[in-house]
Amino acid sequence: MYSQALDGKVAVKSESMDFLEEFQKRIDAEEKIEPMDAMPAGYRKTLVRQISQHAHSEIVGMLPEGNWITRAPSLRRKIALLAKVQDECGHGLYLYAAAETLGVSREEMTEDLLEGRAKYSSIFNYPTLSWADIGAIGWLVDSAAIMNQIPLCRCSYGPYARAMVRICKEESFHQRQGFEIMLALCRGTDRQREMAQDALNRWWWPSLMMFGPPDSESRHSDQSMTWKIKRFSNDSLRRKFIDATVKQAEFLGLDVPDPDLKWDPDLNGGEGGFRHGAIDWEEFRRVISGFGPMAKERLAARRKAWEDGAWVREAARAHAAKTRSANRRDSAVSS
Amino acid sequence: MKNANELFAALLELADDHLVLGHRLSEWCGHAPSLEEDLALPNLALDLLGTARELYASAGAIEGRGRCEDSLVFFRDEREFRNCLLVERPNGDFACTVLRQFYFSTFMKEYWRRAKMSASETIRGIAGRAANEASYHARYASEWTIRLGDGTRESRSRMDAAACELYRFTGELFLSSDAASACERDDLLPNRAAIRNEWLEASSRIIEAAGLDFPKEEFFLEGGRQGKHSECLGHLLAEMQYLQRSHPGAKW
Repeated sequence: MYSQALDGKVAVKSESMDFLEEFQKRIDAEEKIEPMDAMPAGYRKTLVRQISQHAHSEIVGMLPEGNWITRAPSLRRKIALLAKVQDECGHGLYLYAAAETLGVSREEMTEDLLEGRAKYSSIFNYPTLSWADIGAIGWLVDSAAIMNQIPLCRCSYGPYARAMVRICKEESFHQRQGFEIMLALCRGTDRQREMAQDALNRWWWPSLMMFGPPDSESRHSDQSMTWKIKRFSNDSLRRKFIDATVKQAEFLGLDVPDPDLKWDPDLNGGEGGFRHGAIDWEEFRRVISGFGPMAKERLAARRKAWEDGAWVREAARAHAAKTRSANRRDSAVSS
Repeated sequence: MKNANELFAALLELADDHLVLGHRLSEWCGHAPSLEEDLALPNLALDLLGTARELYASAGAIEGRGRCEDSLVFFRDEREFRNCLLVERPNGDFACTVLRQFYFSTFMKEYWRRAKMSASETIRGIAGRAANEASYHARYASEWTIRLGDGTRESRSRMDAAACELYRFTGELFLSSDAASACERDDLLPNRAAIRNEWLEASSRIIEAAGLDFPKEEFFLEGGRQGKHSECLGHLLAEMQYLQRSHPGAKW
């Protein structure tokens, strides 16, 4: 027995075993779950959490890169960076819209973010200190995001999966753009190469942390895998990222800042792969709990934009209401 | 080429207008009043910066001294910048940004429309796209002007303040430097003064629709075309140019 309003606000009264089994059958048959479909409350809650965190990450993620728009070193780079940050805003919008199909409003999600109740990707709480950081973010952070997100294009929830298809296309363009910035720096002057190495040194470990805690500690993974919201474990995606990225670093002539990194021919079923050194999970927990170097500034910037813009949004609503009632008046008069 | 020096100087004025306003709008990115505006403002900025690139490239080619867009953007000091004063005004609140755009784009929409009839093929080429973009920018800014003028008591009072604050910088839009005048005489560029009536008519129509009072000004400020700017431009340039200048000769 269950009942559910279209806006998803009415909770499932009870979830019988039959209902849960039927739902799981649809998932196992790779059917897409759509907004009007019945779904277990836990499935809905998991998706709202994940999609809104993802949306928040896109929006907060505009800030570290936005920090260099006005200082980009050429007109071409300025335009590319501005367009990239704008894309991230677009991703945030699609994702908020995807989450809204589950019965939560953008305003509620925004409040959760601004009040510090919602999480976003820990990576954006690090500062961008040089132009090379813009390259490193595109190359490493967007690449890690792609590894995380490609499987989401097959996520069981339709609106999320479809949003991810477009997002992944744009992310892959951003990743190439980031790598190209790094390449220009690595082929440039000594100071530019130093800048690139310094950026890799600072962004490498936080990028590895983007895949989340190790499988042994990941709280939400098992159920998400069963529901096919998630398809691969944190550790397996992290290894895939490392295998791809270490080779790119070699091509750039940069050193990956992990003295324990070594090739192991037995990994990946005999195909070989890299073993990495210990990740500082204490730092990860600190940053994700709101104590990252830029955490306070990031939220303060979002709050300021929201508060400074309040009068604009209010005026737009007031104008729309007046226009609506004037239209009603006009049509009443003419009818 | 006849009038090459003048055309170079006049294109530089236009390019600087587009660059500086594009740069100002890009400062909003990530800080706008809503996500929709966080998409819209960078769109305007991207259009303006794209037009600036074309103008610098053409100016550099006409000058013939091998200066590319980046040499013109990053290696001139503030006294060498030729943008009008309006575009360098700081963003202020959203009302100021909207009004600055409204005054500028209402002018440029007509300017680029006329420039499509230029005797120069290069300018006709640039004007084609720029006219469409300026027309969209003018519509965007006009809609916001009406929305905010009509919205709430606060939005109206902010718009009134912004309209008055910025109006004194609009006179310069209709003034042509010696270089621009020479190009206008040869039908390379549209006559700026001739756009005044059209601009007044279009902008007073929108300001009236917004329920705002059309600003009165006894004295218009000018000087940008001679490189006599307000103090804010130097800070904008310091930020924009620092990386190129601290790594001379580097490629990015």
